[in-house]
Amino acid sequence: MIMDVADKSLNDLKSVLGKDAGEVKPALDDIPTLEIEPMAVVKALRFLRDHKEGDFDLLTDLTAVDWLDYPESGERFEIVYLLCSTGKNHRARLKTRIPDLDPRIESATSVYRTANWLEREVYDMFGIKFDGHPDLRRILMWEGFEGYPLRKDFPTRGYGPVERTPET
Amino acid sequence: MILNMGPSHPATHGTLQIVVELEGEKIVRLDNIVGYLHRGVEKLAEKITYHQFIPYTDRLNYVSCFMNNVGYTMAVEKLVGIEVPERAQVVRVILSEISRIMDHLVCIGTNVVDLGAYTPFLYMFNVRENAYDLLEEVCGARLTVSYSRVGGIARDIPDGFEEKILTFCDMVEKTLKDVEGLLDKNRIFLDRTRDVGVIGAEDAVDYGFTGPNLRATGKKWDLRKDFPYLTYDRYEFDIPTRDTGDIWARYRVRMEEMYQSVRIMRQAVKDIPGGRFISDDFKHVLPDKEEVYGSIEGLIHHFEQIIHGIRPPKGEVYASVEAANGELGYYLVSDGGRSPYRLRIRPPCFIYYQAFEEMLKGHMIADLIGVLGSINIIAGELDR
Repeated sequence: MIMDVADKSLNDLKSVLGKDAGEVKPALDDIPTLEIEPMAVVKALRFLRDHKEGDFDLLTDLTAVDWLDYPESGERFEIVYLLCSTGKNHRARLKTRIPDLDPRIESATSVYRTANWLEREVYDMFGIKFDGHPDLRRILMWEGFEGYPLRKDFPTRGYGPVERTPET
Repeated sequence: MILNMGPSHPATHGTLQIVVELEGEKIVRLDNIVGYLHRGVEKLAEKITYHQFIPYTDRLNYVSCFMNNVGYTMAVEKLVGIEVPERAQVVRVILSEISRIMDHLVCIGTNVVDLGAYTPFLYMFNVRENAYDLLEEVCGARLTVSYSRVGGIARDIPDGFEEKILTFCDMVEKTLKDVEGLLDKNRIFLDRTRDVGVIGAEDAVDYGFTGPNLRATGKKWDLRKDFPYLTYDRYEFDIPTRDTGDIWARYRVRMEEMYQSVRIMRQAVKDIPGGRFISDDFKHVLPDKEEVYGSIEGLIHHFEQIIHGIRPPKGEVYASVEAANGELGYYLVSDGGRSPYRLRIRPPCFIYYQAFEEMLKGHMIADLIGVLGSINIIAGELDR
């Protein structure tokens, strides 16, 4: 099998992280994917951004998946980072799992500024807190909204009609 | 002074709220508040079948709906692994380019109206009307087309489609020349757009810019060339760029992109391959009506698709298209069930709208509307 550059950068990352990283596997869409420990995320992102051959300068997407229905698969919340290199045209994906109780992870805003709103959205929709985020407020829902809509235990129809009361 | 604009304001062209802190007429600080059009599309997707989500994608970027359809169906196709017939792929390319032209026309048209030029707006909306007529003829709907299907397109293209596209191409080129004649040497327009709302290439990538706004900073990056999808690798076209990263650069990039879209469409209509317009893999595609009424297998497939929908394998895929505003991505996570376990939409304008404050700091309050129009924020896609 020919190992392309994205694979190679992820393998380099794996050897740097040691036991904090799993195996590099291609997902269904052939994007190489690496699972890492949550404490290592910012270090990993910085490593990939500054990696000479990988050159992942664009954080395409940052999102979360709530695995509440599949407790056997590991911790509840999965954070997914999709990276892209605009110079070399390849992609890579980093994933990490964080537990249900007081979910928090270090913010990626120090590495990619685009993480700012993306993390605010994840906070808004899943209630995951990002330590070191400059401005962690709700973004799509309003301040004072209760619950986190994209969690699997949030009903699709919500908890009945809600009224936005003007702030005093 | 603190000035509030929106959420309902004619110049935001959507429901956006912007709170600006002013010192005289200079902008010191700015907070752009989004979410007024949030419908919870990603949540809704978790309860319906893969087919049923297609109309929801129309409502993301409602100015260029067809490209949203294509992006979503490409993600599902990748997940289940169906080959799309070439005829459908070429038609998808042509209609995507029409959508791109429509989107750019609206962006530039409304942008120049906000800056005080009314005539180009009318010229551009006139040709956009023709684009809608064309879409209506092909898809049956003008705005929310829902024309792409998993495995192909909803129905075959009508007779005389090729000639109509070619006429449309000529019309677009003529309009663009007219608009350029009105704007390119217009002193007022130049003064209002040059060196306003500047962002550099490195900052732009750091902020996650994609699409024409990134190319206006001088970065030559386009998914149609760099991650080719559909049949884009067959056509000759250029990626227009500008170095200055201001409103003027964004205007020029969008104008030149429309010429390139015309170029792609002219090449694509030349050979639209024959054959089926939708895949014949009836495990994932609705069978033809004659099959449904004429054979028991067809009937069973039809019921299976309507009642259960697609049951893809477990896994995750990310598929993206170069939409008019940039990279529109769909991240699908499947647990093997009839609806996506998680569907994440990566909207281009949500991501670059966070750089709005950076682009405007130190500028005049009057520039705010110009910059807002030039980066083309579409609220449907911004808030999902």
